[in-house]
Amino acid sequence: MKFVDEFRDAQLGRVLAGEILATVEPGRHYKIMEVCGGHTHAIYKYGVDDLLPANVELVHGPGCPVCVIPMGRVDDGIAIAREPGVIFTVFGDMLRVPGADGTMLDAKAAGADIRVVYSPLDALRIARENPDREVVFFAIGFETTAPSTALTLKRARADGISNFSVMCNHVTIVPPLRALLESPDLRLDGFIGPGHVSTVVGCRPLEFIPADYAKPVVVSGFEPVDLLQSVLMIMRQLAEGRCEVENQYSRVVPYEGNLRALQVMAEVFALRPHFEWRGLGFISQSALRLSDAYRELDAEVRFSVPGVRVADPKACQCGEVLKGVIKPWECKVFGTACTPDHAIGTCMVSPEGACAAYYNYGRFARERAVV
Amino acid sequence: MPHPDTLDEREQRVLDRIETARGRRPKFRDERITMAHGAGGKASQTLIEGLLVPAFGSAALDVLGDAGLVAAGGASLAFTTDSFVVRPLRFPGGSIGDLAVNGTVNDLAVAGARPLALTLAMVLEEGLTAADLKAEVEAIAAAAVAAGVQVVAGDTKVVERGHADGMYLCTAGIGLVDERAAPSPAALKPGDRILLSGTIGDHGTAIMLARGEFELDATVESDTRSLWPAVDALLDAAGPGLHCMRDATRGGVASVLNELARASGVAIVVREADVPVNPAVAGAAEILGLDPMYIANEGKLVAFVAAEQADAALAALQAAPGGERAAVIGEVRTEPPGMVLVETAFGGKRVMDQLVGDPLPRIC
Repeated sequence: MKFVDEFRDAQLGRVLAGEILATVEPGRHYKIMEVCGGHTHAIYKYGVDDLLPANVELVHGPGCPVCVIPMGRVDDGIAIAREPGVIFTVFGDMLRVPGADGTMLDAKAAGADIRVVYSPLDALRIARENPDREVVFFAIGFETTAPSTALTLKRARADGISNFSVMCNHVTIVPPLRALLESPDLRLDGFIGPGHVSTVVGCRPLEFIPADYAKPVVVSGFEPVDLLQSVLMIMRQLAEGRCEVENQYSRVVPYEGNLRALQVMAEVFALRPHFEWRGLGFISQSALRLSDAYRELDAEVRFSVPGVRVADPKACQCGEVLKGVIKPWECKVFGTACTPDHAIGTCMVSPEGACAAYYNYGRFARERAVV
Repeated sequence: MPHPDTLDEREQRVLDRIETARGRRPKFRDERITMAHGAGGKASQTLIEGLLVPAFGSAALDVLGDAGLVAAGGASLAFTTDSFVVRPLRFPGGSIGDLAVNGTVNDLAVAGARPLALTLAMVLEEGLTAADLKAEVEAIAAAAVAAGVQVVAGDTKVVERGHADGMYLCTAGIGLVDERAAPSPAALKPGDRILLSGTIGDHGTAIMLARGEFELDATVESDTRSLWPAVDALLDAAGPGLHCMRDATRGGVASVLNELARASGVAIVVREADVPVNPAVAGAAEILGLDPMYIANEGKLVAFVAAEQADAALAALQAAPGGERAAVIGEVRTEPPGMVLVETAFGGKRVMDQLVGDPLPRIC
């Protein structure tokens, strides 16, 4: 595949790995967090870890949109899905996320009309084709997917489709990063910045990381060559005593972001005062709701939802995994009580979750050298 | 001086515990059937090994092969059945009628048996047009001729509108076990080469595109065909060196390899770069976030052949119809037992696990 294979080139990978090796200060252990779940997935899928010396450790961050959804929101979604006449649409990843009383897949098997869509526009099409049904889209994701939800809502209004509504679970990336950097048990040397989020918000919102916390950030693409080059750029910043936001993914990410997307989001969404994150607790101004102008398309207004806060299961250590404090296998239930087919925690459900990635792809002894 | 990064002892203990848990016979604890139970991955395995095998316990079933072997009056026969629920009924490269014949014929072929005869049961939905029915009956007849089998018995039922997607088909097949080899999972040996009979993912991709849900513009044809000619050629070329075969249908090549690694307690290593994939399939999989290794095939087999016979077996496969792109994609090793590892084209390694859940629509 053109424009893809170039970024999966093994020869180029070996060259970059050699250059990374040259920047390592012998005996020092480096911890670099990839913020984005897409990066975590790619690292395991291509075995990027195998090309790094063992003392350059990649720590998996909180940027998996499925992993951060708390149980109460799943329950609220299922409650709407069970309402008579509702067609509940959702991205496939969400189906196996457990709520307090089972998953959406369970609710579907028990009779709720829950359908997988690949885009919010598919949900709108279903609404158009079923004018006598209420069609609800369960929106999740960071700033990456929020613009497509916003555009769908604009389209619904423009076309006068009144049987469509959105249950909004969109979240923003900066508040959890700040919360993470404030946590005392964290020791990181740098960040691989979120590539897809940055296509929308740009690189500027990440500047607080070097400015306030003195950590380098490199916004990265999602192919294995991108990831190795980003690690190299971070290692060079560390070696040279620099600390700034750099953009490895400039073929896609403009430094200032996508102004039109931001404009549409500002029109359709408003910040929630606070939102609960799985394992991280409540974080203020970290999520989006529909703006007052779009209130009539808000599923949480149209339907009554229980809105009950459900505590994370005691055994589950998703929070510590999301913060990179423990590795997936260090969780007490990892791989035994909690597996991808019967997950307790969200990190084990999404293919972008750190636990699922490690369980599915990384569950064997590697051979790497310490420098 | 660089020294090897030995795995943390605690981590190794966790991994060992997981492998022990995975090695146990799964228990069927689900409250309802979900689509995942039909997807060919872990949930399907739990249903089969946790509910069906214990209930019907027989030596033939315990092997969990594609067909059961029965001895009758001195002849060794292979016997199997399969049902077909694909939507749409017709798709580029074939139709439900082709699948109903080839699916069952292939289960016999990879058990090392020459397919002889089929039975056919049809569940028809009220309102199905006679033209659609005739087209499928003709497809079944033509596929049976091509595969060299006869349809010797049948049954029809009609259900009310809304209770079947046009038609469901079920075939059972009987074949004569070939004496040139005795393929079985127990015969897998470290050092065996893994042969794949051609490109992967064509059937599943063709169905997904034919459903028109993705607005992807590509031409991919189903690979549905009888595998007996390929098996016949392998039996000639490798003889007893042909240790095991599977047709890589639902759940794809990855699921077949996982089943065998688990059943035989060996490690299987696949070189990703050597696995043939059509560019259109690779492109569609990339866009949809799927791995072609998990996408269904309806005319591809995986064969495990002793290293000494591997070259001859590969040449035979490549000369068989539809085998032009056959390749050696990996080998059997001892460590880590029960697991399938991939050497990625990028130069790393990862586990290739069983499929969890159901990322794909119904396809066969």
